[in-house]
Amino acid sequence: MDIHEYQAKDILSGYGVKIAEGGLAYSPEDAVQRAREIGGHLWVVKAQIHSGARGKAGGIKICKTHDEVEAAAGFLLGKRLVTHQTGPAGKVCSRLYIEAGTDIAKELYFCFLVDRSSERIVMVGSAQGGMEIEELAVSSPDSVIKIYIEPAVGLQDYQAREMAFALGLDAEILSHAVKTIKGCYRALRALDASMLEINPLVVTRSGELIALDAKMGFDDNALFRQPKISELRDKTQEDPREMAAADRGLSYVGLDGDIGCMINGAGLAMATMDMIKLAGGEPANFLDVGGGASAERTEKAFRLVLADKGVKAMLVNIFAGINRCDWIAEGVVQAVRKIDMKVPLIVRLSGTNVEEGQRIIAESGLPIITAETLAEAAEKAVQARNEALAKEAVQEI
Amino acid sequence: MAIFIDKETRIVVQGFTGKIGSFHAQDMINYGSKVVGGITPGKGGQIHLGLPVFNTVKEAVQQTGAEASIIFVPPAFAADSIMEAADAGVKYCVAITDGIPTQDMMTVKNFLRRFPKEERMILTGPNCAGTISPGRAMLGIMPGHIYMQGNVGIVGRSGTLGYEAADQMKRLGIGISSSVGIGGDPINGSSHRDVLEKFEQDPETKVVLMIGEIGGPQEVEAGLYAKEYMTKPVVAYIAGLTAPEGRRMGHAGAIISSADEGAAEKVAMLKELGVIICPTPAAMGATVAEVLARI
Repeated sequence: MDIHEYQAKDILSGYGVKIAEGGLAYSPEDAVQRAREIGGHLWVVKAQIHSGARGKAGGIKICKTHDEVEAAAGFLLGKRLVTHQTGPAGKVCSRLYIEAGTDIAKELYFCFLVDRSSERIVMVGSAQGGMEIEELAVSSPDSVIKIYIEPAVGLQDYQAREMAFALGLDAEILSHAVKTIKGCYRALRALDASMLEINPLVVTRSGELIALDAKMGFDDNALFRQPKISELRDKTQEDPREMAAADRGLSYVGLDGDIGCMINGAGLAMATMDMIKLAGGEPANFLDVGGGASAERTEKAFRLVLADKGVKAMLVNIFAGINRCDWIAEGVVQAVRKIDMKVPLIVRLSGTNVEEGQRIIAESGLPIITAETLAEAAEKAVQARNEALAKEAVQEI
Repeated sequence: MAIFIDKETRIVVQGFTGKIGSFHAQDMINYGSKVVGGITPGKGGQIHLGLPVFNTVKEAVQQTGAEASIIFVPPAFAADSIMEAADAGVKYCVAITDGIPTQDMMTVKNFLRRFPKEERMILTGPNCAGTISPGRAMLGIMPGHIYMQGNVGIVGRSGTLGYEAADQMKRLGIGISSSVGIGGDPINGSSHRDVLEKFEQDPETKVVLMIGEIGGPQEVEAGLYAKEYMTKPVVAYIAGLTAPEGRRMGHAGAIISSADEGAAEKVAMLKELGVIICPTPAAMGATVAEVLARI
């Protein structure tokens, strides 16, 4: 789960990380009010969306007057921002963070993340801030410093000092740098964050170390013990179909293709989608219905897949282990009868009680196309989709 | 021989008396696995499914001689159960539980490293279907009847995709020495590489099928190991050709977070390392059959 910059900053300031003065705004009037409260002559109006690289997408405006703040806020609120992290659909900005302008002397890159390879937390820094870390790793890999932390003993002072010196920080701010770095580490561990990125971490002309941006991502598996973090969820930043699926205990990811999928198990789901692509089609979604695919769950999954109006054919691929094919077949038949499907349906069942499952589908009298193997299922799905498209074309003529 | 478990492996079930634990314990017993008891703290002394229940894993190991355990404990308590098993002297543990926090798994891995390698418990999972040595023992939640005994080793992250592979092979008359699920989480007990190492040492296994997916470095690490140290051919399929970058595909670990973690990229690297690639997921059985025919 991701949170907004202002939320991450609020958390980090509680752990001793210095941030510039700022406040949240939901309207241009709010924004001006925040600017007044902050005072000074320079403000930054920042779009709050769950993505990095907001600056390049035009989501960050530097303002010198209250009128400029108002105009920038009016421009950004409700605007859909597209970055390389949001995908082409972008994300709508409905909150702004108004922050005091900072007199920057130096920009640095700093982050902590859970590293899968070493199975440890790694601290990453670079004296060349402001760029994305992926770019840095390519353009100047030598500038990127990585320090691995032993989970049992945690981050040690010497490691924080090593990072501070590698970032080129002066001795005068060393103790503050150590405090900042250790504060970030404590936040990551205490709150089950999977990543914490400060890009840029800046040294101001007056010699202060400030987190100018802050990004935190949390481990979904740990949210059960982080109720305060769960409350920070902003549903407007997430795909509504994925949210609806999650609320029903289903795992769904919307894609651009037109063959809807319902599969049990994440690996088999990915493999089935691969097979669709190899057969010349494109999947409309990833959907793992999980182990206990009851009739009720099956119906919900059908509704979810078919809510995508771009779907021209639907493929169900279930390998029943604990499950039984006859139960699945009954669920599918019930769902089709209830929903009044407009697109062709291809069903492939395998595993426990497969003959019984196939019999139920055959005897239902419904126009369900069945397949024995994974390859056959994908081919039939692509064929059905092509026929549906051809029919549409004829109707248009 | 098979790997990790055979007919004589004495098994205890952690989370024994719960609904899921009971169901699968019975299923494993029906398959022929040597389940000797279970653990549910506070229910020690009771009899469940005709077997003794213990309060602690230590007691269970002392009184039954258990060497392997399987975990059906809810996510919040699962890491603790894994460490309890390791401390009690269990040699092999399968964690079925889905949803264990990543930082808990980091603690578990760190805890396991404290034991000298020869005394260290081997963990597979979490978030997996378990391990089966067909015809001998099942330590997991898979449908046992789809696996035929033979000499192909399977290691994979996914449950149902592993079933699909076993089913394709059975249709072609190909059997399996052991099938091991390593789970879909970002930090797991054993990697693809760790399991390849076991298959390389197993005289019964002639070919290994590795079923990987997008995300993380493990498939390529396994490929490097295979090139350097293995005499047996490795066949691989990597799922997730259509997965977009930065989106989690069901499994907590199935997310492309850097350019080299996509399916096509992993396939290219594995090919270069001499791993035989299944052209499609429908051809896992056929590809293994071709390789078997050559050796």
